Amino acid sequence: MSTPGFHQRIRFSINGRIVEREVPVRQTLADFIRDALGLTATRLGCEHGVCGACTVIVDGASVRACLMLAVQADGAEVRTVEGLAQDDELSPLQKAFLDHHALQCGFCTSGFLMTATDLAAHGAGSNETEIREALSGNLCRCTGYANLVDAIAAVLKEQAAKRE
Amino acid sequence: MEATTSNGKFKVIGTRPIRHDGIDKVIGRAKYGADYAFPGMLFGKVLRSPHAHARIKSIKTDKALKLPGVKAVVTAADLPEAANRLEQAGEMAINPHYLSMNILARDKVLYDGHAIAAVAATSPHIAEEALKLIEVDYEVLEPAMTVDAAMKPGAPILLPDLRNREEGDKQTNVAQHYQFKRGDVEAGFRAADYVVEREFNTAMVHQGYIEPHNAVGIYNADGQATIYCSTQGAFDVRSLSAQVLGVPVGKIKVVPAEIGGGFGGKTTIYLEPLSVLLSKKTGHPVKLVMTRSEVLRASGPTSGSKIKVKMGATRDGKIVAAQVWMAYEAGAFPGSPVGAGAMTILAPYTIENLQIDAYDVVVNRPKTAAYRAPGASNAAMASETVIDELAEKCGIDPLDLRIQNGVKEGSPQVVGPPFRRIGFIETCEAIKNSDHYKSPLSGPYRGRGVASGFWFNAGMQSSATVNIHTDGTASVVTGSPDIGGSRASMAMITAEVLGLPVTDVRPLVADTDSIGHTDVTGGSRVTFATGMAVYEAAQDAARQLRERAAKVWEVKPEDVELHDGVLSLKEKAEGKAPMTIKEMATKLARTGGPIIGRASVNARGVGPAFATTCVDVEVDPDTGKVQILRCTIAQDVGKAIHPSYVEGQMQGGTAQGIGWGLNEEYFYDQKGILRNTGLLDYRMPTCLDLPLIETILVEVPNPGHPLGVRGVGEVSIVPPPAALANAIYRAVGVRMTETPMSPPRLLKAILKKRAAEETQSAAAD
Ligand code: FES
Ligand code: FES
Repeated sequence: MSTPGFHQRIRFSINGRIVEREVPVRQTLADFIRDALGLTATRLGCEHGVCGACTVIVDGASVRACLMLAVQADGAEVRTVEGLAQDDELSPLQKAFLDHHALQCGFCTSGFLMTATDLAAHGAGSNETEIREALSGNLCRCTGYANLVDAIAAVLKEQAAKRE
Repeated sequence: MEATTSNGKFKVIGTRPIRHDGIDKVIGRAKYGADYAFPGMLFGKVLRSPHAHARIKSIKTDKALKLPGVKAVVTAADLPEAANRLEQAGEMAINPHYLSMNILARDKVLYDGHAIAAVAATSPHIAEEALKLIEVDYEVLEPAMTVDAAMKPGAPILLPDLRNREEGDKQTNVAQHYQFKRGDVEAGFRAADYVVEREFNTAMVHQGYIEPHNAVGIYNADGQATIYCSTQGAFDVRSLSAQVLGVPVGKIKVVPAEIGGGFGGKTTIYLEPLSVLLSKKTGHPVKLVMTRSEVLRASGPTSGSKIKVKMGATRDGKIVAAQVWMAYEAGAFPGSPVGAGAMTILAPYTIENLQIDAYDVVVNRPKTAAYRAPGASNAAMASETVIDELAEKCGIDPLDLRIQNGVKEGSPQVVGPPFRRIGFIETCEAIKNSDHYKSPLSGPYRGRGVASGFWFNAGMQSSATVNIHTDGTASVVTGSPDIGGSRASMAMITAEVLGLPVTDVRPLVADTDSIGHTDVTGGSRVTFATGMAVYEAAQDAARQLRERAAKVWEVKPEDVELHDGVLSLKEKAEGKAPMTIKEMATKLARTGGPIIGRASVNARGVGPAFATTCVDVEVDPDTGKVQILRCTIAQDVGKAIHPSYVEGQMQGGTAQGIGWGLNEEYFYDQKGILRNTGLLDYRMPTCLDLPLIETILVEVPNPGHPLGVRGVGEVSIVPPPAALANAIYRAVGVRMTETPMSPPRLLKAILKKRAAEETQSAAAD
């Protein structure tokens, strides 16, 4: 994409791979990931920070890629849905989403997976109210959330059991 | 989750396998429309009207065209004049003239956000900058924003050529008046002991799919165009785009991408013809994706409405008369779902005397599109709260009143033949017997409400092929975009018929060149009608497999049977051991070539759907905020193919109905400008706003379908607004007649009631 105007060189890691590029300074991280890197699993539902479909993990914290500029990712470690499965092995959350039928259209799935991955990484418990609170920044219009909450609770529960 | 699913004779149907497309969605490989990219692709943006109603005096595009990176600009001048007449397009009747005017405004803009021009440039940023350089000279006109404003004498006229039968040659905003009558309404009301009469106003709401509209158009020098887009109906995109572009249908191929929700809103076109036009002008593929604000301002929400309902019952609870007046906002062009609203509003009840008058009214808002059981939820908000009031007056439990008056097999419909086997009363009884309804609700400001809903469901045309592969697995190909897990159901039906494991059947959704015509994914028709085509196509493949086995064994095809994936002779014979489909598949080349089972249907025998919903709420009397404590829906689902996805439809529709009832609304200012164009202000339910929605699957098989299937996708959205209103009444004693029942509206009603009570007690003192 040949956007004129200011460009800046950035270097960061995405799903463990180092990327170095010139990026337009006004380009969002989401557009950069999707259009320049072709990693389209990061979805765009609102582009103003409400739906959570674009959630990615930047330096260990979940972030809305539509609200962050690509240049701000300079030096950061970014993780997207494409980086969840290791060597063809689905992450426990990905597996649970399938087993619990936690998606209909699937458009919100990436965002929920990343929010939940962040939640699991921070050792959250499987209390339903807490899960619902943690997920309240992600919108799903298809499911009514029941199976999403179930899937995530199941993984967190298993994780907690392992810790003990 | 409660499920009364009986699996009967089925092996696969009624089970809950992991969906085939799930893996691509959890690893992120699934391709939605906006994910497509092609070498040399340009990016398009659309210039939209800042006015609700204005005449376009001139459009100047030369400055925009001079901006480096801009490759083309199109306006309505680039579109041919389309025919000004009604044409059937799938479920809807379409007037190509108006459709074209909605794609690009001709001499007037009719709503805030109405498309005026489109630009293609080398980046979305440049395209956006170019929009600012397009000069449009407007003569601003007074808008008509509500049905009241549009119907009153001397109202501003939106479409100078619009006429209706009753008003002769007079210019009007009323596109259509439908009337349905039965019996003698006056006499009916005279026989009533109680009469309830109320007026309702419901706000325009949006489907709220998370994925914005998108399209990539590629025009080839030979005149062939390909469109990639997220749509509920690739064939509709093709025929509608062909109408607007003035080319034969065969010149366009539509490739349906994965679709991020539609709920009816992705059954028409917006960006698709623009992508082709821009591609034709530039010689490059062109991608357009709407922003959220464009989705809200300029795609097709569903109608706000004004509805008056008068209903009478005798002391013992028999509803004896009903009269309804309803007017729906069509948006800028005719075609609100008021006809459907009229035919659903009283549908669950046998009422001997009724009259329904329904008006389709154009207003300066975006042209409405279908939204899950279009027109039925706002209608039920009116009728189902009046029913609740009647039950209260009669001193009868609201479920019992519904059971007493409810339709069953043989009852008349508002139009058409009497109902065949239906499960309305069963849904009322399921709620009555549910743990939810039996558990007492106590505490201040708490209340429980019930309401029911009806939806016709649709049949229409579908095609399917089932291919037997050389390794004995199969693929099932349809033309129905999958919005809620229907691919899994298609694979399950195929697996059931052939006796294969469901993992050995691969379901696909094909483009418009690769499968026979298939109508839109809508009207809850996919599992019903496309499922019927798949069932027949699988039967066809099974028949051919039996024929081939007969050839191998040198017997008559009638002597061969196929059970659980094994072909065998009905009567055992020496040297003719049973063969699995796998074994038979290796012999196809030698016995006549590949096997393709195929079928197409124009499905009859549609089974209508009913649902009854029970909801418990707690109202904060100081803020008017409603918290939902518990919610259960019982729905007649005919036969659940994949119960998890049936439950998913029931929960999803209920969630949308709750949003509709409590929070969602289009908010226009005095000038007709939409003020809530983002998801922060157009507030849809999050998982904190909703309880776990409990589901009860009632299975009353549809006699019109070989597997008993009836559509399950829509009716769940119908009862919630009314059920909430009824629950709110029991919690705080106010009858709400407006949606959304948002905190400010509810608080106002509570304060009004309190003031009235204070004046009353002051007067008594
Ligand atoms: S697209 Fe980023 S939050 Fe909606
Ligand atoms: S599954 Fe469609 S938005 Fe969540």
